Amino acid sequence: MEGMAGQKSSLAWAVNISAFLLVLLWTIPTLGLFVSSFRDRDQISTSGWWQSFSGSVQTGFVRSGTADDQVQEGDLYVIEGSALEGTQELTSWGTNARQPDANAPGDTVELEPGIDLTVTEDGAYRMTSAQPFEMRRGERIFTTTLSPPAFTVDNYNRVLTAGGLGRAFMNTMTVTIPATVIPILIAAFAAYALAWMQFPGRALLTACVVGLLVVPLQVALIPLLRLHNELGIGKGYLGIWLAHTGFGLPLAVYLLRNYMVGLPREVIESARVDGATEFQIFRRIILPLSFPALASFAIFQFLWVWNDLLVATVFLGNTREQLVMTGLLRELMGSRGGEWEILATSAFISIAVPLLVFFAMQKYLVRGLLAGSVKGG
Amino acid sequence: MELLWLAVSTIAIGVFGCVAWFWGSNWLLDRIYPPRGARAGDNIRRANQIRPWLFLGPAILFLSTYLVYPVLDSFWRSLFNSNGSQFVGLDNYVWLVNDGKFRESMLNNMAWLLVVPALSTLFGLLAAQLTDRLKWGNIGKSLIFMPMAISFVGAGVIWKFIYEYRASGETQIGLLNWIVTQLGGEPQIWLTLPMWNNLLLMIVLVWIQTGFAMVILSAALRGIPEETIEAAILDGASPLQVFFKIKVPQIMGTIAVVWTTITIVVLKVFDIVFVMTNGQWGTQVLANLMYDWMFRGTPDYGRGSAIAIVLMILVTPIMVWNIYNARKEVR
Repeated sequence: MEGMAGQKSSLAWAVNISAFLLVLLWTIPTLGLFVSSFRDRDQISTSGWWQSFSGSVQTGFVRSGTADDQVQEGDLYVIEGSALEGTQELTSWGTNARQPDANAPGDTVELEPGIDLTVTEDGAYRMTSAQPFEMRRGERIFTTTLSPPAFTVDNYNRVLTAGGLGRAFMNTMTVTIPATVIPILIAAFAAYALAWMQFPGRALLTACVVGLLVVPLQVALIPLLRLHNELGIGKGYLGIWLAHTGFGLPLAVYLLRNYMVGLPREVIESARVDGATEFQIFRRIILPLSFPALASFAIFQFLWVWNDLLVATVFLGNTREQLVMTGLLRELMGSRGGEWEILATSAFISIAVPLLVFFAMQKYLVRGLLAGSVKGG
Repeated sequence: MELLWLAVSTIAIGVFGCVAWFWGSNWLLDRIYPPRGARAGDNIRRANQIRPWLFLGPAILFLSTYLVYPVLDSFWRSLFNSNGSQFVGLDNYVWLVNDGKFRESMLNNMAWLLVVPALSTLFGLLAAQLTDRLKWGNIGKSLIFMPMAISFVGAGVIWKFIYEYRASGETQIGLLNWIVTQLGGEPQIWLTLPMWNNLLLMIVLVWIQTGFAMVILSAALRGIPEETIEAAILDGASPLQVFFKIKVPQIMGTIAVVWTTITIVVLKVFDIVFVMTNGQWGTQVLANLMYDWMFRGTPDYGRGSAIAIVLMILVTPIMVWNIYNARKEVR
C-alpha cells in the first residue's frame, strides 16, 4: 500500500484511528478488572473503575452541634465543629437534602434571619447567631468530598493469604500439568503412525480423528462418570486427568499429524535405509523436528484445561478441598456477589497465569491455530 | 505441597508408563520377529504390519473410551427413563419437543448461531485488515487476541463489571449503565431484560472469539497474491473495492473455516450462561439445560442424555463436512 500512502494520508489516519478504537474496545473490559482489583470495597461500590484515576466523589451528611455546644464570643453565639472525618477535601456542601451541593466551600449561608453558617474547605463549620441557640437537634450539613485516587494491594494480600484461592491455585496446577503432558506423548506416537507408517485403514482412522474433533464433550459426561465409578476411579484427580487426556487427544493427533506429514521425506527415508528402527526415527528425528507443533498443542491444552469449568465440576467435585480456580470464581460470583474486591482480585489472579503463557508463547499459539484451521483456504 | 508431589509423581509415572509401553512393545516385537537371520525379510514385513498398532494403541484406546463409547452410551441411555430402569423408546425426545424450556434453549442456541459467528468473523476480518500494515499492528493484534486466553468464567467476572446495575440516582459502577445514564437514559438491569440479555451474553463470546478469527484471517489476507491487488489498484480500484471485490472473495474458504469453527464453540456454549444468568430470564441454552437435568436436584439421565444427543446431532453436519474436506486433502 506504500504507493497509495502518499496520496491518501487521510485514509492512513482513518485506519490508524479505527484500529486504535477497536483495540481499545477489546482491552477495556480486562483493564477494568485489573484496575478494580487494586481498589478497596468502598471505592468499588461507590464509583466506577474508570473514575478511580480522578479520585472518587463521596456524599454524606452530619448534624452540627446543638444548643448545648454553643460558646459565646463577644456578642455572638457560636457553634463550631468539623463536618468531615480525616483529611478529605470538601468540594461543595448544602443544608437542603434536595440541593446537597448548593454551596461552595467558604460560602456563608443565612439559615434563618440572624443565623449564619459557614463551611470551609477543610470541613470546619461555624454557625453564628446574635441570639443564643435553642435547638435540640443539630442543623443538617450535606457534604460532597473528593478522595484522591488511591490504589491498594490489600486485596491481593487478603486473597493470597486467606487460603481458599491458594488451595484452588494448587488444585488447578495439579489438574493442568499432567493433563497437558500425557496427551502429548500418546498423541505424538499416534500422529507419527498416521503420518509415516503404511497400514490398512490409515485414511479411515485419520478421518475418524477429524470427526471426533467436534464431539461435544457434554455427551461424554454421564457415561464417563458412571464408567469411572464402575472402575473404582470415582471422582478425583486420576479421573480428571484421564478425561482431559481423552478430550484433548483428537486435536493433539490432528495437529501433530498435519505437522509431521510436512516433514521432509528424504530425512526419514534415508534413516530407514541406514537401518534405523521406527522407534529410533521417531525419537531422534521426528520428535525434535516437531517441537513447534508439540509446543502449540501444549499451549492449547494448557489454556483449555486451566480455563475449564465443566469437566472440573463434573469429574472433581465441588468441595472446598477439590475446587479449582474457575469453580472458586463461580462460587464467589454466586454466594458473595457483594464482595467485589475479592471477586475482582481472585479473577485477575486466575487469568494471570494463562495471560502470561499467552504473551510468552503467542508465536506457537498462532502457528498451531493456523496449522489446525487453515484448510482449503 | 502434597498435591504438588502427587502431580509431579503422576507426570513421572504417566511419562514413564507411556515410554515403557512404546519402547517395551517395540522391543518385544523385535524379539519375536528379529529383523535378521534366515527369515529377516519375512520378519520385517510382519513386524511392520503390527508396529503401527503399537504406536496407535493407547490413542485408539483413549479415543474409543472417552469419545466414541460415550456417544453410543448416551444414545442408548436416552431411550430409558430417569434412572435407567425402564425402556421408554423415544418418549424423552417427544417430551423434549413439547417442553417449553427446551424450545427456548433451541431458539436461543439458534440466535447464538446466527449472531456470534457472524459478528466474530466480521470483527476479526475488520481487525485483521485494519492492523495489517500498521507499525503498532502486532501489539494491537496481541491485545485483541488476548481474551482467547481468558476463561469463560473469568470473562463472566470481567463483564459483570460492565453490566452491573445500580438504582437510578446512585453512581453507576457498571460501565454500560454509566454510559447510558451519561447519555440521559435510565439504568437497566441488563441481564434480566428479555432479548437484550441474550445479546449481551453473546457479546462476551464475540469478545473472546474475535481474536481467533483475526489471527486466521490475517494469515489468509497475507497469503493473497500481491499481483491481484496491484492489478486492481492500477485499474483504479478504491481501497474499499480492493478489500471487498479482490481480497474477500479470495479468502472465502478461510472465512468458511473460521465460521464453522466458531459455530462449534457456540453450539457447546455453557460456562458463560452458567455463571452469568444460569439460564434464568429466558437465556437458557442447550448445554446448560442438559447440565440442569443431569446434575441439579433429582438427576434425570434419560432426558439429560436426550439433550446431549440433540447437541451431537447439531454438530454432525459440520463433522461430515470436516471429514469430507480432510479426505479430499489426503488424496
